[in-house]
Amino acid sequence: MKKSWFTVEHTRQLTADTYEMVLSGDTSEITAPGQFVEIELPGKFLRRPISICNWTDDALMLLVKVVGGGTHELVRSVPGTELDVLSGLGNGFDISLSTEHPVLAGGGIGIAPLYGLAQRMLTAGMNPTVALGFRSQKDIYYLEEFAKLGCRLLVATEDGSAGTKGFVTDCIKAVPECDYVFTCGPLPMLKAVHSLPQLKDGQFSFEARMGCGFGACMGCTVPTKNGYKRVCKDGPILFKEEIVW
Amino acid sequence: MVNLKVDLAGVELKNPVIPASGTFGYGREYADLYDLDILGSFSWKGTTGSPRLGNPQPRIAEMASGMLNAVGLQNPGIDAVIETEVPNIAKIFHGPVIANVGGFSLEEYAENCRKLNDVEQVKILEVNISCPNVHAGGKNFGCDPKAAAEVTAAVKAVTNKPVFMKLTPNVTDIAEIARACEDAGADGVCLINTLLGMRINLNTKKPVIANRTGGVSGPAVFPVALRMVWDVYEAVKIPIIGCGGVSSAEDVAEMMLAGATAVEIGAANLKDPFVCKTIIEKLPAVCEKLGVENISDLTGTAHR
Repeated sequence: MKKSWFTVEHTRQLTADTYEMVLSGDTSEITAPGQFVEIELPGKFLRRPISICNWTDDALMLLVKVVGGGTHELVRSVPGTELDVLSGLGNGFDISLSTEHPVLAGGGIGIAPLYGLAQRMLTAGMNPTVALGFRSQKDIYYLEEFAKLGCRLLVATEDGSAGTKGFVTDCIKAVPECDYVFTCGPLPMLKAVHSLPQLKDGQFSFEARMGCGFGACMGCTVPTKNGYKRVCKDGPILFKEEIVW
Repeated sequence: MVNLKVDLAGVELKNPVIPASGTFGYGREYADLYDLDILGSFSWKGTTGSPRLGNPQPRIAEMASGMLNAVGLQNPGIDAVIETEVPNIAKIFHGPVIANVGGFSLEEYAENCRKLNDVEQVKILEVNISCPNVHAGGKNFGCDPKAAAEVTAAVKAVTNKPVFMKLTPNVTDIAEIARACEDAGADGVCLINTLLGMRINLNTKKPVIANRTGGVSGPAVFPVALRMVWDVYEAVKIPIIGCGGVSSAEDVAEMMLAGATAVEIGAANLKDPFVCKTIIEKLPAVCEKLGVENISDLTGTAHR
């Protein structure tokens, strides 16, 4: 973990409430997709944990959904704004444990970490299928970016206005050869994915209200079959077999 | 050259800065970030007789200039701490350790403290009397002078280490509780623990924290804590560890001027994991500005 200054380079609005942000700074502590950063924001006591969408040696890309005052402040940061960031938090996804047919399942803002994950899997010669779920056509973002990576892409919307009508799990059922999941999204989605019989195993990214974000305060611990785990430090990725709903 | 050393009930600290219990675990996470030997001491996570899983999620809420927590004393239990954490602490920190001890009965407090007699590195016991007294209908020991005195006496009977009672601010007169502890033999007091508070989620119309209420900490409570340290300094002769919303070297100086011998830093660690290091680095300049060569000369001088 590292505490350093990042500079906002660019912010792009993707949907009514979702933004892409690029920050420049020292990313040397980031070791795996699925890790997160914690950003200090003016007027907020606690930092905001934000999943890492992608990164290079000197830039960090985030997808941010505005859910309250903190994220509202964050996306309003103009280029040149300096942000105090704790980087390289959490365990991240482990792609070495994947089978030959992994599916990356994302819902809503949970799509964010799957982008960097998909890119790294492709670079490693793996062949991921990406299944993304949205409420409606107007909430869709990042399809082009995923398409450019060159992976098989499946889309579901709850109202059927684009792609398959239904949930991301309906997309996954259509690709029965996919037997290993990397997933991030709202809790009901994670639960539904967890219960898919075609999956041998998988890695599930969890959200939590955090105090510190680096394992000190026990604010975000959850029970698992392997004892209590801190979502921020021992997670946010938990394995399928250890999850207690 | 400013001398930052302080004497805390006979235990010499290289400086008055102590990460507060519950914000520093058993030191592991911070040892990865900086050399813990710069610290005066650290107060380990509140440890009870049996392992505790803590409260359901969510345990954390935010507020202007602070936070609320209801972790619920999650800890592995005193035996596991002695077996696993104490040897690790010896590797990552070489100064005096403050052992924060919880309990739900007089017997549990005494037994936990007795078990620490042979732990050489623990130089001070910090007895958290904010736990509910299971033998007296769940009321906190720290809310009743008689109960606070009973815990103090029970612990003093089994240890030779200095005993600091950690006081709750959720009382009418904290000085009265501090006096009761002093009369029962306490070597010092530490104050304040968190203030009871709550938040309600406007989307769900329910409390944010699953436990409903939580402990308020952070810069918002600093003036409250400072006032209580002031009042207790007027009431007792034993040393005070000031705690509550301290976030800067200037805050440390204020706490000492109000009467604290040493100062604990809590919630600020969660926002900035390097805050104790920063404060220690800035303390000499603050002392110079205040015109003192020995930081210990600050203690209580605002009362004169």
